[in-house]
Amino acid sequence: MSADVLAVAEHRQGDLRDVSREVVTAGAELAGETGGDLHVAVVGGDVETFADALNLEGVDTVHTVAYGEEFNHDVYTQAITQLADALEPAYLVMPNSVNGLDYAPAVATRLDIPLVTDAVGLATEGDTLVGTREMYGGKVETTTEVDADKVAVTIRGAEWEPTEAAGEAVVEAFEADIDEDAIGSSVTGFEEVAGGDVDISEADLLVSIGRGIEEEENLDLIRELVEALDATLSSSRPIVDAGWLPANRQVGQSGKVVTPDVYIAIGISGAVQHVAGMKGSDTIVAINTDPNAPIMDIADYAIHDDLFDVVPALIEQFS
Amino acid sequence: MKVLVPVKEVATVEDEFEIDGTTIDERYLGADLNEWDDYAIEEAVQLEEDGVVDEVVTVTIGDEETEQTIRQALAKGADRAIRVWDDALEDVDLLDVGAKVAILEAVVEAEDPDLVLTGVQSGDDSFGATGVALAEAVGYQWGAVVNQLDLEAGDETASVHRELEGGIEELTDIDLPAVFTIQTGINEPRYASLRGIRMAQRKDLDHQTLADLGVEADAVAGDLRLTAMNEPESESDTTVFEGGADETATQLADLLREKGVAQ
Ligand SMILES: Cc1cc2nc3c(=O)[nH]c(=O)nc-3n(C[C@H](O)[C@H](O)[C@H](O)COP(=O)(O)OP(=O)(O)OC[C@H]3O[C@@H](n4cnc5c(N)ncnc54)[C@H](O)[C@@H]3O)c2cc1C
Repeated sequence: MSADVLAVAEHRQGDLRDVSREVVTAGAELAGETGGDLHVAVVGGDVETFADALNLEGVDTVHTVAYGEEFNHDVYTQAITQLADALEPAYLVMPNSVNGLDYAPAVATRLDIPLVTDAVGLATEGDTLVGTREMYGGKVETTTEVDADKVAVTIRGAEWEPTEAAGEAVVEAFEADIDEDAIGSSVTGFEEVAGGDVDISEADLLVSIGRGIEEEENLDLIRELVEALDATLSSSRPIVDAGWLPANRQVGQSGKVVTPDVYIAIGISGAVQHVAGMKGSDTIVAINTDPNAPIMDIADYAIHDDLFDVVPALIEQFS
Repeated sequence: MKVLVPVKEVATVEDEFEIDGTTIDERYLGADLNEWDDYAIEEAVQLEEDGVVDEVVTVTIGDEETEQTIRQALAKGADRAIRVWDDALEDVDLLDVGAKVAILEAVVEAEDPDLVLTGVQSGDDSFGATGVALAEAVGYQWGAVVNQLDLEAGDETASVHRELEGGIEELTDIDLPAVFTIQTGINEPRYASLRGIRMAQRKDLDHQTLADLGVEADAVAGDLRLTAMNEPESESDTTVFEGGADETATQLADLLREKGVAQ
């Protein structure tokens, strides 16, 4: 039985994304357990340069598919399915990125194999794949087992260390037979959002507010705190979605990455997409009524209390 | 044009809870309309109000108790609803992507919509894959994580914005029929009005079994098995400030001064 692993790299606007080195690590771990080979695929863009960068420790072969410049899910789905048909890997490892979400489920469906998404841990027990996932917004961690010859998984970003060490991989060009009639989508451009007057990524002290604030009027209380502390105001996504703050204040995966000296998360649960933007903060303080909120896993200091009691008391301390 | 919106009732968990085997003890669970689906419903209803769409149909996989959530979607403006439930689903621990797609595929085939709008993910099991997997299964085009949808009556192609990481959006043209997974923030979901709630009571809520849809019972068994559930271990040594609000605020104020970020 072949127990090879195929990992799929990701790039955007000419740059290999960090998660590419992370899928290599996750793939190498699986291949280490099964004793199979690790194949890495890169589709589109400057595949030669990407292949050089993907020649990393643990990689046996880098397969380049020279077709198109940027990500197109129809091309990816066709190319990866064809490569998987040719290589017959037991495990297909893809990133749980926005683009991963746009092709991995289609690939799994086309190959008719089970899909485990957003894994934070992967292991094998004999022929069984054991994935660790989270449910209920990170409140619980689950073990999911899949008994199948072939399984597709997507891995959460920043959970595996990116492989940095160079390897001795063979680079092979894969001639994918892309059916152009089956391409029903075309990327016409990119747009940057979240510009504006304030750059929260420059701030030393961020007071960040989440859905715990409940009503727009209650933001006044937070603004008072921000003023008293001479801090900068940021937020989780729901506050921006509701139109209470502009997009340039959003911290997270689809917002800004921030690295202040102190990040005070008030009424923020700590969903993975939020944490992606603020985990690099020097000191993290969480004010939350829920002692089990996922933000507590990364907080250095915590107050398990109602923000409507704590924030006024804190303002008092500075006035 | 007809739009199908798969709507999920998700489990919500109280702050303090206990785990019982591979589930959270029922006492600590509540139910709510999936946050992302709320935006999908709103987008569909707005398309109908703009005259682009003639009918908005929802489909939910769930037992009788989910009717409460389905009525919420109807009260917000969906025209009618389908609820799929079956004894075969009663014992399924984890309805995985393949199982959901097996059911939804049959509904798409029966309804033949031009557009399917799902949420990007569901708040409880958060697979984030059902919409795209469904598109592939039924041979529709798709777009994942859509935060802007431009579509006029008679269009055969939709222009969408897909929200990538780091504040970058991708602009993509996608042929119809298509499945789009809708991201929060694409619109402002309405609250159901009293009139909407009253009208929802009279709207059609059609219960279908797997047999009605021609889906084999073993197709929904799925390949994934949930074998353990636990509370995640904390990675950091968190210092918890204890006491009343005045005491904790004093401790935090001291910390901020010590760190030199506040006076
Ligand atoms: C593709 C994708 C991209 C995303 N990108 C981002 C992103 O960039 N940034 C982002 O933030 N999210 C993002 N999200 C959304 C993310 O999944 C969460 O939905 C969001 O972060 C939750 O925000 P929150 O913590 O404010 O709200 P909730 O999760 O609702 O948490 C509210 C918290 O407030 C606490 N609380 C309630 N009342 C009080 C009180 N009185 N006092 C103290 N505490 C209280 C509660 O216990 C809870 O922990 C993204 C999601 C997807 C699918």
